[in-house]
Amino acid sequence: MKLGFTEAEEAFRVEAATWLTAALTGPFADVRGVTSLVEMPERRREWEKYLAASRWSCIGWPAQYGGRDATLAQQVIFAEEYARAGGPPRLNHLGIELIGPTILAYGTDEQKARFLPAIANGDHIWCQGYSEPGAGSDLGGVRTKAWREGGDWVIEGQKVWTSLAQFCDWIFVIARTDPESVGSKGLSFLLVPMDQDGVTVRNIVQMTGESEFNETFFDAARTDAANILGEPGQGWGVAMALLGFERGVSTLGQQMGFRNELDDLIEAARANGSAGDPVIRQKIAQAEIGLRLMRYGALRMLTASADGGSNPAAFTYKIQWANWRQSLGELAMEVLGQAGEISDAHGEYAFSRLPHLFLYSRADTIYGGTNEIQRNIIAERALGLPREARTRAK
Amino acid sequence: MRFAFTDEQAMIAETANDLFVGEATSERTRAAMADAGCDRALWDSLSATGFVGVHMPGDVGGSELGMVELAIIAEAAGRQVAAVPLIATQAALSALQADGRADLIERVLGGQVATLALAGGLAPHGTIADLFLIEQDGGLVVADRDAVEVGAGVTMDQTRPLAQVKLTGAPIATLSAKALDVAKHTGWIAVAADALGGAQACLDRTVEYVKERQQFGQAIGGFQAIKHRLADMMVEIEQARSAVYWAACAVDEGAEDAELALHSAKAFAADAYATCAGAMIQLHGGIGFTWEHDAHLFFKRAQADRTLFGSSAQHREAIAQIIGLGAIAA
Ligand SMILES: Cc1cc2nc3c(=O)[nH]c(=O)nc-3n(C[C@H](O)[C@H](O)[C@H](O)COP(=O)(O)OP(=O)(O)OC[C@H]3O[C@@H](n4cnc5c(N)ncnc54)[C@H](O)[C@@H]3O)c2cc1C
Repeated sequence: MKLGFTEAEEAFRVEAATWLTAALTGPFADVRGVTSLVEMPERRREWEKYLAASRWSCIGWPAQYGGRDATLAQQVIFAEEYARAGGPPRLNHLGIELIGPTILAYGTDEQKARFLPAIANGDHIWCQGYSEPGAGSDLGGVRTKAWREGGDWVIEGQKVWTSLAQFCDWIFVIARTDPESVGSKGLSFLLVPMDQDGVTVRNIVQMTGESEFNETFFDAARTDAANILGEPGQGWGVAMALLGFERGVSTLGQQMGFRNELDDLIEAARANGSAGDPVIRQKIAQAEIGLRLMRYGALRMLTASADGGSNPAAFTYKIQWANWRQSLGELAMEVLGQAGEISDAHGEYAFSRLPHLFLYSRADTIYGGTNEIQRNIIAERALGLPREARTRAK
Repeated sequence: MRFAFTDEQAMIAETANDLFVGEATSERTRAAMADAGCDRALWDSLSATGFVGVHMPGDVGGSELGMVELAIIAEAAGRQVAAVPLIATQAALSALQADGRADLIERVLGGQVATLALAGGLAPHGTIADLFLIEQDGGLVVADRDAVEVGAGVTMDQTRPLAQVKLTGAPIATLSAKALDVAKHTGWIAVAADALGGAQACLDRTVEYVKERQQFGQAIGGFQAIKHRLADMMVEIEQARSAVYWAACAVDEGAEDAELALHSAKAFAADAYATCAGAMIQLHGGIGFTWEHDAHLFFKRAQADRTLFGSSAQHREAIAQIIGLGAIAA
């Protein structure tokens, strides 16, 4: 059992850090330190391409598709250094972390050749069309339909809470292709171009005042018949496998961002004197512990997957970080007091990092599977407890 | 990066688990509780297998392994709430090792019980200890039984009776500040690992129970209120596991953040244990509140782990200082 990385891995760290620092203090200094998902989308698109030009975009992928065949440890190291260097949120997070690995696992050779290099080189930015007004936690309730017409799939329906759809080139959609089906049967997983008349995106304003997510309407939208991942009617398996990729390497990079948030909070507590309050100190220490435990928990999880297995601890990870971050947001407001409630953005409804965290982190326990759904997964898959009844009126 | 047990460590874990499951049965533990709180036969087995001195050098009869292995053994003991003076003895051994007291280490590895009383704290298993390490003047004094006065009452956790000890005669040795430090470090890891094992046992035993117990015509484990509470226990426990093995590795590797890791492990694991043991009683219903059921053994041990060698709040305060929060306002 070891905590550290090997010498070769540390050498890789230096290489990555050197490149990232040069890029983020040089040509991309303007996006350094950006934390909002919706800020400077055009520059962040250029940043994706810049990363790709030196093959730093999808390093875990096979070289054949624009990656570097990087080991899991190297991916972890890169994610850490990316965050440490102040890299902005990846505009193509969903392409790189979710749909890319899913295409690698389920795509045909043609699909891999067509879609993967375009993600790796920053040409295609992707979003996720799972949720609908009537299907959130229960994705088996999906009603968006699709059917074959000549050489195309035609899609009709509505998705909601589609993050970053306003900036995207492609969307992956789960749609009902067997009109007689209910629940998880009869669904297909389709890859759909956004730039067409049949697709309309309408912004939704979030409680933070920003618009990251959208309603996405499909009105006889089309995609080539070849753009189906897996077999028709077998989309559920693909859709669920994709959710599995959400607990990947990116988690460690995410923690470096959390580190920055906690450091800001500590700084604020020292600046206004609340660091001397024994109750606040206890809570900050607890937050520090939680952050460290996330790191070592993630290392255990990643060690297991590098060994080709899985660790049941992986099931606990989403709830762990979501709760941690939400508590940090609440603690931030306790530290800032009333001063944290007033915006310094000159009349705009926009808040600086810590109050923004307080608001935004209410979403952490919802997206990517709510805490309640996570608890069901832990209870049923890790602890082997009886499954919940899943009945659905037809 | 390989933050997982090596094959050898996995084997030690298996051996230790088999030993404690086989010997630290509820029956034997309860017999020890009714007596002086120590299962002597089990203690002899632990000495014979080398588990007591797992972290001691070979030339004094130790197994030459480290804190990870010690944590593995303490975790297995905690899983069964074993009634043995393992934690304090191992902490004491670390102190003796730090100051090169091979003579005293040999006594302990030969089967004697050593205990450790930190400033203001009580000595676990003080009534049956042979060797006493008592914090004094920033270091430790070591005394034989005839040089200490041992005051003991009934202890809530009867698997780890506490005693007030006072030096009344001449010590046989004094140990350095460094020895005191390493005693604490080993003690914190061992308590944290004990808590981890205990918490895991609370979860495992409760999962078994809720799969069997029927109410409203179904196993209660199908009710979401129960499933969610068990899921929350698992979230706590997996964090505690990271904490314990982070701390153990950090000490073995001499990592920079070892201090932070130790305080984190002790505070977090002990609190997680308390949460899980409380939930265990709740989810067992009435039977969980009886003397006959083992749930209270875990609940009481969890409380004892929380206060042994510093409270969770004290450990968090230590972290607050390490991360630069300065001093508490006057
Ligand atoms: C910021 C943000 C970004 C998002 N981005 C995307 C995106 O890009 N693409 C996408 O497809 N979706 C996205 N989502 C949607 C997200 O995945 C859903 O909101 C989430 O799955 C919950 O679904 P819902 O909103 O319909 O709530 P519901 O499912 O209606 O849940 C309401 C409440 O009921 C609880 N609940 C539901 N079922 C159960 C059950 N079986 N047991 C116990 N409790 C239950 C939930 O936990 C919750 O507390 C995003 C959401 C947010 C907040």
